[in-house]
Amino acid sequence: MSKIQNAFQNGKAFIPFITCGDPDLETTGKIVRALAENGADLIELGIPFSDPTAEGPVIQGANIRALSGGITTDKIFDFVAELRAEISVPLVFMTYANVVFSYGIERFAARCAEVGIDGIILPDVPHEEKEEFAPACRSHGIDFISLIAPTSENRIAEIAKDAEGFLYVVSSLGVTGVRSEIQTDIRAMTEKIRENTTIPCAIGFGISTPEQAQHMAEAADGVIVGSAIVKQIAANGRDAAPVVGEYVKRMKQAISG
Amino acid sequence: MKNEAGRFGIHGGQYIPETLMNAVIELEAAYEHYKNDPQFNAELETLFNEYANRPSRLYYAEKLTKALGGAKIYLKREDLNHTGAHKINNVLGQALLAKKMGKTRLIAETGAGQHGVATATAAALMGMECVVFMGEEDTKRQALNVYRMRLLGAEVIPVTTGTATLKDAVSEAMREWTSRIADTHYCLGSVMGPHPFPTIVRDFQAVISKEIRAQILEKEGRLPDAVMACVGGGSNAIGTFYHFIPDEGVRLIGCEAAGRGIDTFETAATINTGRLGIFHGMKSYFCQDEYGQIAPVYSISAGLDYPGIGPEHAHLHDIGRAEYVAVTDDEAVQAFEFLSRTEGIIPAIESAHAVAHAMKIAPEMGKDQIIVITISGRGDKDCAAIARYRGEDLHE
Repeated sequence: MSKIQNAFQNGKAFIPFITCGDPDLETTGKIVRALAENGADLIELGIPFSDPTAEGPVIQGANIRALSGGITTDKIFDFVAELRAEISVPLVFMTYANVVFSYGIERFAARCAEVGIDGIILPDVPHEEKEEFAPACRSHGIDFISLIAPTSENRIAEIAKDAEGFLYVVSSLGVTGVRSEIQTDIRAMTEKIRENTTIPCAIGFGISTPEQAQHMAEAADGVIVGSAIVKQIAANGRDAAPVVGEYVKRMKQAISG
Repeated sequence: MKNEAGRFGIHGGQYIPETLMNAVIELEAAYEHYKNDPQFNAELETLFNEYANRPSRLYYAEKLTKALGGAKIYLKREDLNHTGAHKINNVLGQALLAKKMGKTRLIAETGAGQHGVATATAAALMGMECVVFMGEEDTKRQALNVYRMRLLGAEVIPVTTGTATLKDAVSEAMREWTSRIADTHYCLGSVMGPHPFPTIVRDFQAVISKEIRAQILEKEGRLPDAVMACVGGGSNAIGTFYHFIPDEGVRLIGCEAAGRGIDTFETAATINTGRLGIFHGMKSYFCQDEYGQIAPVYSISAGLDYPGIGPEHAHLHDIGRAEYVAVTDDEAVQAFEFLSRTEGIIPAIESAHAVAHAMKIAPEMGKDQIIVITISGRGDKDCAAIARYRGEDLHE
């Protein structure tokens, strides 16, 4: 069992996403500590990419802020290595194929293992292209996390059977970002997934309120929240950590209820 | 096992969000069915000939030939197509395919605006809804084309993210497609993006080289020594090359936009300055920094101002079958003016990049040799921008 599955041992998992280096790495460090202290079961760390095609305006903005601040993949690895000394919660990287490919897939996976990253999510690498990335990850004990979308339908079984770590269930069509309503029949999706794997599934895209989180958690093993947190970081800058911590506490309570 | 679908050597593939996978699988299945369907092909041929004014002329540019004093130069006049560029070939094919698939809405990205205008045109003709994404910077450079698209009934959405140019328009069109798939076809404008787009777009543009081949054999009784075209994503170039790929004796020359020069950061010459990467659904060459961040490229030509190149071109480069040369803004503007004066043909600033390279190599070639340059589009849309480049304050 990989370390990622520990995240799902403490009731429904709450999984926050933040972009590294938004607005700077020192603040990212403070936020990660606040997330861990307030009940995050697993943390997704975004490595910014210049052209994040799966992101809505909020996370696009975070990517631009971080890159304008001079953040690089190497700086993020060094940052995670330091952070790992004090944080035990599972950590996964979320970034785009070219960031990993350009670094060298093998070199990237090796660095992940060295600094204590537990998994990688690449939203522009579907099942068909997974084997270019997954073997290097496997050999270093890093889970390559797959996504399932509302349009996956007949693809769910195959993706679920090969899943590692957890399955990222995309709640809605479109890009990341807060939504007032999620219309997809999530339960039908997670039931289909569970026919094919025992790997936990977490739902993301569009979730921002405790009510939504609670509702989504009924059909899954965890919920992922990105844009709602990144918005708080954009609004509060270097003082974001306590605000985000407070929010995470409420969200974790909502899904534990 | 590695996915071999839509690979050109190591390039191509399908690097897109899971949300879009069934859409491209459905598109591939539909295309595989219709490409061999006689009725589909008959309908498309009628559209090409009756609506788009095909076949386009292969014109012997006698004055240009004499002025350069070397190889005999022919111009493939894609600028004479309806809507003024080669883009209509691909768009009519994709719009017809989308219609057969039951789609009622087309979305597209555009750089110079030519693909957007072509898509808006096809949508008007076929009674489909149309939304075009265009970098805000480009909406300023190509204001006339924005007006044309709106006149044709399309909605034009200025894209303000990133560098607000073609790559950002592609990103935004992809984002839009993930949010609305059931009734919407993404009418991609170049031989790029995830499989099957590079193949579909190539097949619809291959009519260019199919015609050149027949026309040059009729006029000269032999194949040309070189065929040339400008390359951004590379659709008019692959269309120009395709039926000559097996003919080793025909040089295939793609002309990239060097912007202010390939030794500066203000360039869009992907083969000359980029390296292997994964972006916009495909593996290919991209202008990028050491960490894989896509570079903010630059060219005077909005249509070539793109940091990548289609995967089949990347492969033709790898195997040495095609040559990719870099042409600066200055050289392209000179060629724009030179062709206007010598032949009375105002080429698109994109196509002027190919003319500029021909001006370099034709004088070094023998008078018994033949060059074909594809004039991918007409230059009316560029006149104001070139005037400004020359210091004249001309606004439409």
